[in-house]
Amino acid sequence: MDLHTLSLSGLGKLLQTKQVSSVEMTDYFLTRIGNNTDLNAFITLAPELALEQAKSADKRINSGNSSLLTGVPVAYKDLFCTEGVQTSCGSKILSNFISPYNATIVERLQNAGMVMLGKTNMDEFAMGSSNENSYFGAVKNPWNLNRVPGGSSGGSAAAVAARLSPVATGSDTGGSIRQPAAFCGITGIKPSYGRVSRYGMVAFASSLDQAGVFATAAEDAAVVLQNMAGFDPKDSTSIDKPVPDFQLELQQTLSGKTIGLPKEYFSEGLDADIARAIDSAVELFKSFGLNIVEISLPKSELGIPCYYVIAPAEASSNLSRFDGVRYGYRSEHTDDLVDMYRRTRSEGFGDEVKRRIMIGTYVLSAGYYDAYYRKAQRIRRMIAEDFDNAFKQCDFILGPTTPTTAFELNSKVDDPVAMYLNDIYTITANLAGLPGISIPCGSDKKGLPIGLQLIGKYFDESGLLAMAHQFQQHTDFHKQIPTGYQA
Amino acid sequence: MSFEAVIGLEVHVQLQTRSKIFSGSSTAYGAAPNTQASAVDIALPGVLPVMNKEALKMAIKFGLAVNAQINRHSQFARKNYFYPDLPKGYQISQFDLPIVANGHLTIDLDGEEKVIGITRAHLEEDAGKSLHEDFHGMSGIDLNRAGTPLLEIVSEPDLRSAAQAVAYLKKMHTLVRYLEICDGNMQEGSFRCDANISIRPQGSTKLGTRTEIKNVNSFRFVEKAINFEIERQIDLVESGGQVIQETRLYDPDKDETRSMRGKEEAHDYRYFPDPDLPAMIVEQSYIDQIQQTLPELPDKRTKRFVDEFGLSELDAAMITQDRALADYFEGATGCAQGNGKTVANWINGELSAQLNKTDIDAEHIPVSVEQLGTLINRIDDNTISNKIAKTLFQQLWQQPSDITVDELIEQQGLKQITDSGAIEALVDDVIAQHPEQVQQFKDGNAKVIGFFVGKIMKASQGKANPKQVNQLLQQKLS
Repeated sequence: MDLHTLSLSGLGKLLQTKQVSSVEMTDYFLTRIGNNTDLNAFITLAPELALEQAKSADKRINSGNSSLLTGVPVAYKDLFCTEGVQTSCGSKILSNFISPYNATIVERLQNAGMVMLGKTNMDEFAMGSSNENSYFGAVKNPWNLNRVPGGSSGGSAAAVAARLSPVATGSDTGGSIRQPAAFCGITGIKPSYGRVSRYGMVAFASSLDQAGVFATAAEDAAVVLQNMAGFDPKDSTSIDKPVPDFQLELQQTLSGKTIGLPKEYFSEGLDADIARAIDSAVELFKSFGLNIVEISLPKSELGIPCYYVIAPAEASSNLSRFDGVRYGYRSEHTDDLVDMYRRTRSEGFGDEVKRRIMIGTYVLSAGYYDAYYRKAQRIRRMIAEDFDNAFKQCDFILGPTTPTTAFELNSKVDDPVAMYLNDIYTITANLAGLPGISIPCGSDKKGLPIGLQLIGKYFDESGLLAMAHQFQQHTDFHKQIPTGYQA
Repeated sequence: MSFEAVIGLEVHVQLQTRSKIFSGSSTAYGAAPNTQASAVDIALPGVLPVMNKEALKMAIKFGLAVNAQINRHSQFARKNYFYPDLPKGYQISQFDLPIVANGHLTIDLDGEEKVIGITRAHLEEDAGKSLHEDFHGMSGIDLNRAGTPLLEIVSEPDLRSAAQAVAYLKKMHTLVRYLEICDGNMQEGSFRCDANISIRPQGSTKLGTRTEIKNVNSFRFVEKAINFEIERQIDLVESGGQVIQETRLYDPDKDETRSMRGKEEAHDYRYFPDPDLPAMIVEQSYIDQIQQTLPELPDKRTKRFVDEFGLSELDAAMITQDRALADYFEGATGCAQGNGKTVANWINGELSAQLNKTDIDAEHIPVSVEQLGTLINRIDDNTISNKIAKTLFQQLWQQPSDITVDELIEQQGLKQITDSGAIEALVDDVIAQHPEQVQQFKDGNAKVIGFFVGKIMKASQGKANPKQVNQLLQQKLS
């Protein structure tokens, strides 16, 4: 049976009706991963643990104590701590780190009975937009192996796009779920800041990081997110608010709601194919009875500079714990303490990580703090106000997820600023803490997928999922499987 | 030219919460290395801090006790620096928005009162410990202490001498124990202090360049370190030199301070608000609630003991210095019909002597307040003599028991002889046996009366009422 062509709920039904066991399903996907190592989507596979989890999932299903997720495989981005399994964060410095504990979301999905296939590749410490910054090598885009899958959650996006795993987790600090979802032609949701616990997710920029989900369809993402979300007493920034029934909300009435199109997202620099695809998507939404208004997010252009002060500042401090003292990589021959720090961190971190640590250290330094960090915080508030004002006129903000489709491997590695510009449409949602989703809405002349982004009001993941789901009820972009991965 | 010293103190008070400030690990002292260090304490990837509410409560309690402003909006910040016993590479502290600001403490030195300003008090986490012995050229790291809550109390530069600094520290030490927010154990580092010291010409109002002396852990060393540093600075300036801003370390063995690092080597800590911990917003009602739980503070209690029991200022201050001792005083006074003065004499005499001798703290005095109170009552009603009371007190101290003092007197037959017939017989006996001394008395040697009293008390096994013995002797001999 072609299990990989099924959605999560399709797989769930097979398990519940005992047509396929979780062990068989797990084995199927592990084999599929093994046959497609060219993508380099995984850093670590956990076949023994997976089969063990699959067995206990089968028991649960047999005893009637199961949910739709029980026995369904999942892949975790390699920055979620997984007990007993390497958690490398795509870095040499954690290449020998076996976590002794589970991240809250891992714990929750495990409690629901999901089976962990392995850990997906990523840009080192989630810093990157192409997944070329991984100590474990670049990930390839299943739509075109010469292209990047996007980043930083490139491994998760490629794995789901190639149907190596029905769903995968990701993290999004400036676009790291939405941009790779767009490049790989799948659905990726970044919830509101505070919706999902960050406990056990290795921190990049604490005030921006948020865990989310990749799936082929929005309805699958809704089920997984349902099980991940909710207050966690171990994370002081998680919000103690009830989680709505996302599945039920998929059917909510959208007619009469308003979509705002920010004029700043449709200016020059936007690829013509992308512009066309977005236009037709807008037409489809119109046909659902949604109103369309033009809005303005005047501070959008400040998003990238603002982000590249705040995120590195927090990262420079968050990454200080990787010092070779207690765990992780330690340089072998060192003269003294300072030498140990210097060599360990010089050898253990890659260039992009070092670049951001240096930027972050600089902007927090005495004499520069006000000019950079404090100013960036002020701009961050202004960007949030932009959204507040926009949401007085509309319920959803719609635009392209990225200015271009997937670019070629090695084409931007030497130009960090060009690389950073990839996140121009996604980054402001992180700065404002808002939820965002990217769904496929077409492909360009080269056959590469195009992503459509929806940004919602604070804590309105339900609305985003409903918009995405109802769009997908009328389109089949999300059902496209890249050639070479269909069989 | 004569100089004036300007001193400000930073006191680190370890808050006696049961668990750490940002994790659930125990704060108990003395466990095997790294057995009280959780995933959060050793800063594993992905872990997050969660604020211990008890620590916040204690900080507010302190703020209220020094009449400070409690900042309704306060914020944790990261202080970034690398050190092996600092697992995250930053310390979570407070920077521009501390929980407590603008308080004061009044010190009393040789009868003179002085108000010392408290700039701020902020919450932070302690670091672990580096162990440099027993590791053959390597260092060991013990993270049991990492994450222990600290309250750092920063004074204004209002102190002018080492003696004032010590008076301030002692007052602070008493206060934090009164508030039950710190055990005050200086050997274990629960109460430690850094001193900022500068000098300036007498009469000048400009501040001189200061040096900071780190981590001095006893009152005696604080006094010595500050005095040494003042002298060093004066000598330096008088010989044409200049004080440079630096951090110095006090060496108690050599009784001197040594340069640890200069201004150029000073860390840039790159403080910024900790994104893992949202701002703390404290409701006024919460502050009011804590206000209700504040105990009567030492100054107020001293004054009340003077007014209510007629204690001398000195005795009252002595007793109130220790909350448990003051509680003991009040308890015993209640049992001694309000005879506070006598209780105070006992506390400052017999009891203090025993405390010092036996190294017991006031919380664990083995003689109950009822026992001491009854002893005093029985002296008062002439059931026993002062001397027997002291003997019984010592007995009870050495062999603590629930027995009542009255039972004890009964059991040991220690009831004082007040029957004048019986005493008279003893007096007559002793006079008859010592004609020589009788003659001496008659020759005008009044001191010899003591000899007779001694003999009679001995003959009565201490039970004769000394007053009656005296009276009878005077009668019979003259």
